[in-house]
Amino acid sequence: MAQMTMIQAITDAMKVELENDPSVLVFGEDVGHNGGVFRATDGLQKEFGEERVFDTPLAESGIGGLAIGLGLTGYRPVAEIQFFGFVFEVMDSIVGQAARMRYRSGGRYNSPVVFRAPFGGGVKTPELHADSLEGLMAQSPGLKVVIPSNPYDAKGLLVSAIRDNDPVVFLEHMKLYRSFRGEVPEGEYTIPLGKANVVREGSDVTIVTYGAMVHTSLKAAEQAEKERGVSVEVIDLRTVSPIDIDTVVESIKKTNRAIVVQEAQNKAGVAPEIITQINEKAILHLEAPVLRVTAPDTVFAFAAIEDEWLPDPKRVNKAINEVLDF
Amino acid sequence: MSTNLEAIRAEEQETIQVLDPDGNIVSKDLEPDLSDDQLREIMTRMVYTRVWDQRAISLNRQGRLGFYAPVAGQEATMIGSHFAMNKEDFLLPSYRDIPQIVWHGLPLYQAFLYSRGHQTGGKIPEDVNVLMPQIIIGAQIIQTTGVAYGFKLNGEKRVALTYIGDGGTSQGDFYEGVNFAGAYQAPAIFIVQNNRYAISVPIEKQTAADTLAQKAVAAGIPGYQVDGMDVLAVYAVANKVAEKARNGEGPALIESLTYRYGPHTMAGDDPTRYRTNEEATEWENNDPIVRFRKYLEAKGIWSEEDENKVMEEAKEDISAAIKKADEIEKMTVPGLIDTMFEKTPDHLEEQKEWFGTEE
Ligand SMILES: Cc1ncc(C[n+]2csc(CCOP(=O)(O)OP(=O)(O)O)c2C)c(N)n1
Repeated sequence: MAQMTMIQAITDAMKVELENDPSVLVFGEDVGHNGGVFRATDGLQKEFGEERVFDTPLAESGIGGLAIGLGLTGYRPVAEIQFFGFVFEVMDSIVGQAARMRYRSGGRYNSPVVFRAPFGGGVKTPELHADSLEGLMAQSPGLKVVIPSNPYDAKGLLVSAIRDNDPVVFLEHMKLYRSFRGEVPEGEYTIPLGKANVVREGSDVTIVTYGAMVHTSLKAAEQAEKERGVSVEVIDLRTVSPIDIDTVVESIKKTNRAIVVQEAQNKAGVAPEIITQINEKAILHLEAPVLRVTAPDTVFAFAAIEDEWLPDPKRVNKAINEVLDF
Repeated sequence: MSTNLEAIRAEEQETIQVLDPDGNIVSKDLEPDLSDDQLREIMTRMVYTRVWDQRAISLNRQGRLGFYAPVAGQEATMIGSHFAMNKEDFLLPSYRDIPQIVWHGLPLYQAFLYSRGHQTGGKIPEDVNVLMPQIIIGAQIIQTTGVAYGFKLNGEKRVALTYIGDGGTSQGDFYEGVNFAGAYQAPAIFIVQNNRYAISVPIEKQTAADTLAQKAVAAGIPGYQVDGMDVLAVYAVANKVAEKARNGEGPALIESLTYRYGPHTMAGDDPTRYRTNEEATEWENNDPIVRFRKYLEAKGIWSEEDENKVMEEAKEDISAAIKKADEIEKMTVPGLIDTMFEKTPDHLEEQKEWFGTEE
C-alpha cells in the first residue's frame, strides 16, 4: 500500500476513474495544463489528453451548466470549483438545476456530476475561499454532500461519488490536503456514500463530526481521557447529506451523551440537523442536552483572526465537561 | 438590409498607441495635454509602485505580509488609467488593483493590513471613494454599474471606475454589468487588464474573440483597445472616456494589453509551469517604465537622480507604513462579532462569551 497525502489520494481517485470509464471528464479553471491551483489534477491532462482533462474559461456558472449538459449526453463530469467560496456563482446549476434533473424529467434524465472543491479554514486564504458552506448544500434536496477527513476515505469516497448517478458535492478541506499521509490502496476501491465511520471508540460521550474537525475532536478526546479519565467516541460522518443517523444513534445508546462539532457557523447548518435527528430518534437515551461546538455566526474571519475563530480542542473539551456535568 | 447570409461581426479595431517602445511619439494627435509636473507625477507613481511591488513580494516571503498579487509590468495600465480620475470618482478594484486605491487615497499601511487579513485594512477613510479589493471575479463589474447609475440619478458629474482581468471577462457578471451600464447609459468605465493569463489559462483558451474590447459591441457601448505598456496611451483613452461619461455620454470599455512579470499571487503559483522565459523576457523588454523614462528624458524633465530619489522615498514610506501596520491593535473575535450588525443581537452577545479569557 502506498502512503499518500489526501490530495494525492484525490488525484489517484480521478486517475483510477479516468482509466476505468471513458465517459469520465475532469475540468475546471486551471485544472488542465497547470494541474490545478493545489495540484489536485496534476499529471492527469498529460496522461489522458486535453479532451478528457481540460481548462475551462473563468466562469463557474458556465462550468456548472457545462457539467449538467455533458451529464445529459452520456458523460460523467468531475467539475472543479476552484474554491468553494465561489459556489455562489454556480448556485443555480448545482442547487437549482442538477439537484432536480431526475425529478423534473420523471426519472428520464439524471445528473451524474461531481462538483469537487477545496474549502476550509486554518490556511489563511483571502475572503470567500475558506467558507464552510456544506450546510447550504446539505439543505438542498437531491444532492449528496461528501467531506472526507483522511486520504483513504478521500479516494474511496471520490470513486463512489464519480460512479454515483446523482449529483455529488465533494468538499476537500484545504488544511488536510498535505498535513499528513495515510495508507491508500492502489487501484480501485469504494467507500459507500452516506455511511459514517467510528474513528475512536468510547463509552462516555459521543462526538459527531466531519472533515478537519475529526482531527480537532480526536485531540480533544485524548485530552479528556488524560485529564478526566473519560472515554470519548468520535464519529466521522464522511457524508453530511444524507446523514448516517443509525451509526450516531447506536453510539448514543452506549454513551448517552453527545456533542456535534463543525467548523461552520452555528445556526441552521449540519449540526442543528444532526441534533434534530438525535432528538427524533434517541431522546430517551440522552442524559444531557446535545451540545454543538461551532464557529460563531459571523462571516468567515479574516486571516488575522482565523485561528481564534475556528473551533479548537479547548472549546470541544469545554463541551465534553458540560455534557458530563449536566 | 442584406440579401446575403452574412454573419454580423465586430468591426476591426486598432490598438491605440502614443509612444513607441523607444519613447518616441507615434500619434501626435493623441499626446495628452499634461503639464511637466503631471508627467513627472505619473512617472513618480510608476516607479514608486514598482519599488513597492518588489518590497511587498519580499515581505510576503518573510511572512510579514499575507495575500499579495504582484503588479510589476502593469503599472502603465493601472496608473495611467487612474490618473484620469478625479478624487470624487469612485473606484471598485479587484485583488490586484491595490496601487490604484492607494493612489486614490487609501493609506498605505491599510493596504498592508488588508494583505494580512486585518479588518482595519478595509476601514475606508471618509473622503476616499473606494471599495476594498474584490475577490469574487466579476462582482465588481455589476456593482460599478450600480454606483455609476446612482451618480447619474443624483445628477452628479462623477464616474465609477473598475478593473477586471482577461479571464474575468468570461464571467456572467461581466456581461451583465457592461450590458446594464449600456442600457442605463451609466457613467461607468470598465478597464480590462489583459495580461494574457488567468492564473495559468492563456487568453487563447479563454475566448475565441479576437479582442476583449469587442465585448463592448454586444452591449452597445464604445470599446477601445490600448497598448497597456504605454502610459500616455492608457491615460489618453481613459481621460477621453471619463470626460464623456461625466458629460452624460455613457459608459465605455477599455482593453489594455499588458503583462504581469511575477506569479499570479504569492500563494504558490509557479508561472514557469505555463509560460516560457522567452515570452516573459520579451514583455520585460517592453517595460512601461523604461518607455516613459525615455520620453521624459528626451523632454529634459526626468533624470537618474529624480528616479533614485523616488525609489528612496518609496522605501522610506513603505518601512514607515509597515511599522504603523505592526502597531495597530490585534483583532479579537468579540470585536469581529460586533461588526456584523449595527446593534449586536442577543445570540451573538452570547457567542462573544465563547471567546472569553477564562481557561
Ligand atoms: C468567482 C471567482 N472564481 C475564481 C476565482 C479564483 N481566481 C482568482 S484570480 C483568477 C484568475 C483571474 O485572471 P484574470 O481575470 O485574467 O485576472 P489577473 O489575475 O490576470 O489580473 C482566478 C481563477 C475567484 N477569485 N473568483
